[in-house]
Amino acid sequence: MTNSAALSAREATVLGIIETARRRRAKFRDPTITMSHGAGGRATQSLIEGLLAPAFANATLDAMADAGALVTGGVELALSTDAFVVSPLQFPGGSIGSLAVHGTINDLAMVGARPLALTLSMILEEGLGADVLGAEVTAIAEAARGADVSVIAGDTKVVERGRADGMYLTTTGVGLRDPRARLSPASLVPGDRILLSGTIGEHGTAIMLARNAFELNAEISSDSCSLWPAVDALLEGVGPSLRCLRDATRGGVASVLNELARSSGVAMVVREADVPVRDAVAGAAEILGIDPLYMANEGKMVVFVAPEVAAEALAALRAVPGCEQAVEIGEVRREPPGMVLLHTSFGGRRVLDQLVGDPLPRIC
Amino acid sequence: MKFVDEFRNPTLGRALAGEILSLVEPGRHYKLMEVCGGHTHAIYKYGVDDLLPANVELVHGPGCPVCVIPMGRVDDAVAIARQPGVIFTCFGDMLRVPGSDHCLLEAKAAGADVRMVYSPLDALRIAKDNPDREVVFLAIGFETTAPSTALTLKRARAEMVHNFSCLCNHVTIVPPLRALLESPDLRLDGFIGPGHVATIVGARPFQFIADDYAKPVVIAGFEPLDILAAIVMILGQIGDGRSEVENQYRRVVPDEGNLRALEVMAEVFTLRPHFEWRGLGFISHSGLRLSDAYADLDAERRFDVPGVRVADPKACQCGEVLKGVIKPWECKVFGSACTPERPIGTCMVSSEGACAAYYNYGRFAREREVL
Repeated sequence: MTNSAALSAREATVLGIIETARRRRAKFRDPTITMSHGAGGRATQSLIEGLLAPAFANATLDAMADAGALVTGGVELALSTDAFVVSPLQFPGGSIGSLAVHGTINDLAMVGARPLALTLSMILEEGLGADVLGAEVTAIAEAARGADVSVIAGDTKVVERGRADGMYLTTTGVGLRDPRARLSPASLVPGDRILLSGTIGEHGTAIMLARNAFELNAEISSDSCSLWPAVDALLEGVGPSLRCLRDATRGGVASVLNELARSSGVAMVVREADVPVRDAVAGAAEILGIDPLYMANEGKMVVFVAPEVAAEALAALRAVPGCEQAVEIGEVRREPPGMVLLHTSFGGRRVLDQLVGDPLPRIC
Repeated sequence: MKFVDEFRNPTLGRALAGEILSLVEPGRHYKLMEVCGGHTHAIYKYGVDDLLPANVELVHGPGCPVCVIPMGRVDDAVAIARQPGVIFTCFGDMLRVPGSDHCLLEAKAAGADVRMVYSPLDALRIAKDNPDREVVFLAIGFETTAPSTALTLKRARAEMVHNFSCLCNHVTIVPPLRALLESPDLRLDGFIGPGHVATIVGARPFQFIADDYAKPVVIAGFEPLDILAAIVMILGQIGDGRSEVENQYRRVVPDEGNLRALEVMAEVFTLRPHFEWRGLGFISHSGLRLSDAYADLDAERRFDVPGVRVADPKACQCGEVLKGVIKPWECKVFGSACTPERPIGTCMVSSEGACAAYYNYGRFAREREVL
């Protein structure tokens, strides 16, 4: 007995050392850039915290929000930029054009800013079909109209064949901070509830299937859409009790939770059984060995609210078209700080960690 | 999801946990080894540990195909991948296994054409699509994956795909188990047998564990209920004083195995006299290479490979982890110098490796969780 107690004390010590080390700012020490640096997991974090943030250090950037705040002449603006390199260019439920609009305006919405306008910069590969370009320009225009934003400036560059994969897009968005919003990751406190705006994993699965590398067929469309209507409804319903919002894009819900747990120094507990996943997504995830919690979404967000308004927030969300399946999936805890724990559907517990590298499939 | 959710039913899980509790003698400690990395992964992923009494300890075994690959073999793979004109294909997990200087992912970033595939047949298709390039498939795995490599090589031969070859690292499960049972520093009460390997080889090859070493073996499936059911069966044997090979995974594993797969393997592969295992050293008759009839598709013969044995890093205790002698967190470099993003040892790379499974899923002090 004493022996096993001593053993578990040693285990706790080892775990404590690891936790402390992980709370430190990540260093960027890799000799070359690998695909992992773009996957939204720990390598991306080391790139941001170890190279970019120190170089550009300023209060706005250090807040590590989805969009930067800009106050000028008493007006509070939010600014965000995003590049889009998705392959294939078109997939069920969207295309690079609609994604470029939704991705950037959602980053604005996540800091409680109403999207106003976008700039668009295009890098086109020599040989790109004019019909393909035309379709994407139309997609951009339609998505912008649907979200009530204007494209007010732009730029076009063409590179030699082989130097870009058809087309790359970059959009920069400006939004007006909503006075009802008091959003800040630093405001997370133990007891806060974690809500999810709907089913997860559809975008990531739709892209993987569209690449046709797995010869799987399923009716799965990307969830790409503007999240501003949902944010607007939440602000209207529970305004100041809304703590923080994050859209669960690259790296999925698990990555968002880990980022926030780490930056806010809190723990989070998620109930796996409550996380909504469509059957087709669950099936594809099972075959590919990827957890839907790590799969990319383009129209889903994680919402943190004070416990006393959780029910109201859910009701407000569910009234928004596309968010009918919004649910509470867990809550913020004190211990162990920086960690996300999952209560598995089977009845056990485990860590829900940051992604390491690309979500590589298990081999057998 | 039908035919999956049934095997992850929490109510049935609690019932089996109750049965396990009724089978253990208080005061006695039970050490059961799950041989296969697939089991290790499932145990952590579903939190199966949480349903077991404190005196039933699961020890992680050597059956993780990525974990047992020695450094020298990774160096051979990187050397081939760097040759001009080569498209090097492998399963995702192998990309991050460290060689003495680089892993395949770094070789890729430095310009080598390294591609991840889901099946050896994908590699063969790449070869057919790129007739002017040499396409090499890095084959790893136990008897589970060896038949698919064998079938791919047969097809390459039949379709005369001359630009395809295979760097074979297939291994067999029985020799390391025997080595493990012979090692003096390990006391085990029973084995959760590797279900997928048994699908191919059947139940009989594990009989020696029951006959010669008097340990119960229960071949198990990979869903959490399978694992709990297997533990019930092992504890039942211990309680009765029996040591037998039982098959919990009957819905997939025939006792005699898959004869057709074994035939194909016998045609395409031949046993190496000895093969090096990460952390375990050389084990006789434990590795497969291509048979002489398939020598022309053997990448080891087609390309110049260093073929040098590289000693494991001194600080790395993968061998002791693979043998179940120490827990992942007892390794000197666990979580400090060796992490999933910067692994030193192979056990930290694959999601089936004991160290990575523990680091990614199990790394929390259970009593500290404030409920």
